[in-house]
Amino acid sequence: MPTAVEFREISKRFGKVLANDAVSFSIAQGSIHGIIGENGAGKSTLMSILYGYYQADSGTMLIHGIAQSIPNSHAAIQLGIGMVHQHFMLVEDMTVLDNIMLGMEGGFRLRSQRIRIAAELAKLCADYSLEIKVDARINTLSVGEQQRVEILKQLYRNADILILDEPTAVLTPQEAEALFAILRLFKQQGKTVILITHKLAEILAITDEVTVMRAGGVVAALATATTNQEDLAHKMVGRSVATELPRQTLAATQVVLQVEALSLQNAQGVHLLKELNFSVRAGEIVAIAGVSGNGQSELLEMLAGMRQSKGDKISGKVQIQDYVLNYDKKDPCLAAKLRKLGVAHVPEDRLRDGVIKDFPVWENILLGQQSKQTYLDKQKCVEASDALLQQFEVRPLDSHLRLSQLSGGNQQKIVLAREIAARPKLMLVGQPTRGVDIGTIQRIHTELLALRDAGVAILLVSAELEEIRALADRILVMSGACITGELPIADYDTTRIGLLMGGLHK
Amino acid sequence: MNSELPRWATSIALPLLNLLSALIVAAGVIYLLGESPIEALSILVQSALGNAEGFGYTLFYATTFIFTGLSVSIAMQAGLFNIGSDGQMYLGGLGLTLVMLQFDASLPAWLLIPLALMGAALFGAAWAFIPGYLQAKRGSHVVVTTIMFNFIAASLMNFIIITYLIPTGEQNPASRVFAENGWLPRLNAWLPALGDTPLNLSFVLALLCLFAYGVVVWRTRWGYALRAAGKSAHAARYAGISIASVIIITMLLSGALAGVAAMNSLAGSMHYLSLNFTSGAGFIGIAVALMGRQHPLGIFLSALLFGILIQGGADLSLEKSNIPPETFIFIQGLIILFCGAMENMYAPALARILNLKWRKNV
Repeated sequence: MPTAVEFREISKRFGKVLANDAVSFSIAQGSIHGIIGENGAGKSTLMSILYGYYQADSGTMLIHGIAQSIPNSHAAIQLGIGMVHQHFMLVEDMTVLDNIMLGMEGGFRLRSQRIRIAAELAKLCADYSLEIKVDARINTLSVGEQQRVEILKQLYRNADILILDEPTAVLTPQEAEALFAILRLFKQQGKTVILITHKLAEILAITDEVTVMRAGGVVAALATATTNQEDLAHKMVGRSVATELPRQTLAATQVVLQVEALSLQNAQGVHLLKELNFSVRAGEIVAIAGVSGNGQSELLEMLAGMRQSKGDKISGKVQIQDYVLNYDKKDPCLAAKLRKLGVAHVPEDRLRDGVIKDFPVWENILLGQQSKQTYLDKQKCVEASDALLQQFEVRPLDSHLRLSQLSGGNQQKIVLAREIAARPKLMLVGQPTRGVDIGTIQRIHTELLALRDAGVAILLVSAELEEIRALADRILVMSGACITGELPIADYDTTRIGLLMGGLHK
Repeated sequence: MNSELPRWATSIALPLLNLLSALIVAAGVIYLLGESPIEALSILVQSALGNAEGFGYTLFYATTFIFTGLSVSIAMQAGLFNIGSDGQMYLGGLGLTLVMLQFDASLPAWLLIPLALMGAALFGAAWAFIPGYLQAKRGSHVVVTTIMFNFIAASLMNFIIITYLIPTGEQNPASRVFAENGWLPRLNAWLPALGDTPLNLSFVLALLCLFAYGVVVWRTRWGYALRAAGKSAHAARYAGISIASVIIITMLLSGALAGVAAMNSLAGSMHYLSLNFTSGAGFIGIAVALMGRQHPLGIFLSALLFGILIQGGADLSLEKSNIPPETFIFIQGLIILFCGAMENMYAPALARILNLKWRKNV
């Protein structure tokens, strides 16, 4: 089989970091090729080089057997390379058609071009059985549909090498399955698909070949049929990883968090949360499953006392132990008061909310805990911070570094360490392992389970079903601002959760 | 990743490079005016630093700039660009003068001077409170409102001085001279070498304020909240820090510091309130804060630099008729341009140079 892409000794350095170290492998035409690796393994850098965002310091790339230099993404498109980013590059207020035309209008007058392009798109949609209404506005489409628009855009640009970066991160299991069906169709048509993911199950389900990257280099290039999850995980991390963590049986008794008929309407009157009822007991992990953007973020913000938006209408009752939260008066210090009551919070968007990038690590350890002392004794703070870093194996172990100088996984460890160190009674955790590598994921899961065994009530919001399966005692599923279902871990069933995530009630 | 510069580079090398650039452009202009830049520099340095009396004047000017620099800096720490220090200083001068005019005949110095200080701080703070409140509660941008408040302050002071404060029978738009127990003690009483310079107790107060600023901003929970709110509103919300109260309290402090700046010239040197006595010291505070990177030592050094430029620049324009006194305003503008607007101009180049070094080390 001819090769679509061949990397020969590609190297790329950023400052002290060697992001790609003499990477060599090839991707067969008409195949689905998976690239897996932990964060910082060099996958994204390599794809950015292929798509013309970065230039390799050394090495060559062969596209369809011919050495090419790709100075920018325009050149990549010319060579038939298309990329679907994890975060979509779509203009929300424009129609599907206009988004696809953008940059390729092809003439001065739009009207005649629109008719021509609409016809071409209709044919493409039929060929690849993509169901998309071309005159729908992007902001009326679901995430899965938006992704299909991105794919259609690449097809319209005649891409025959399609790069997909973590495409299933925002999809329900059913939507992911639909995406895979489309990708298989591409393969039949002779197109090449490069799939970047950290989900091992997906690699096994859909790819023909897989390249495993670690620390900037290729550690294995295998036919998918010859490998399995444990093997891939081992190669990816460089040591064996237990996929199941041991757990004690639940001995939960006392209710710590009680939510009754909680509703939230924003200033536009849109229901962000609708009639939520649930409780979390001490020593229990309750997980909220669901596709991002179905009210989980707002729920966490409400419970953590962070919601300050003007014009909110809030009804219902939230009780943490004996304390009933008062949302009537917008109290900017509510978050601090809740902390005193023993509420800890690992926020979903840790870079935005949970840390201050420009502050040194030791000052980030104080965030949220700042009101405990009036005079901040730097030496004591640094010592306390150092002890925490050591306990949680943060690398590098230096409290004076600016937080932005640490990797994403280590930043998350710092947030988690800080919140655990506050000895909470209730822990709110949002997407604790988003963008975190496998080794750290395991560490974070172990810490959360230990916290649960110590009698802390934990509310976990995660878009990763695997994570929920590994941690939760009970699962709530959210869709469209409502809780659509609840099931104990013993009844775990991906299909059923997937249906609930899609908004289908039992 | 490649924009991460070590701390010594951002806090020392970059400001020095920026300052050097400003001075090189200034030298070019002096050359175009037909004078030798090197000779100009030597006159400047000789006059500002070369003798005890000149140095005394340099420190006297620097004192005001330390206060206004602190005023702008503390607001910057909270993410607020207070352009209104000049107006706040002007109003602070009014507060001080009202106390003096009311009590200088009745109260002893040890009571009168602290009272005047409080009057200055209170009026400055009150003038900054309004923009602070509008920003915190109404979202009116503090840059816009403080600029406006400078103009309002100028008009208001015009009205007050001319209508109420000119002693009857006088033409000069100024208040009467304060009684001598309202005069701040001058440092030449202890250090005769300073000669006849107006350097006064305000300088000691300025140093104390620098120290207090450093402690409060970096070593107290309130300073932590202030900096956190300035760096990230989201993180402040997460930590339960009230951004509105941080904004209001910071603006009160910023205004108070600007108000106290009036002590140096009014109670320390002039001993009366005159029209436009601030002569733009509040704006120089912006340059001082930008160049000093809001660090106590940085503020001190850049305030000193501006003291040198004012003192030396005055003598320079006396000796060299080709160099007009406005040259100083021009140099000040250059410094704001290079240290403020283009402060990171050299950062990529510096990063590249350091990167090269790193590569060799790896």
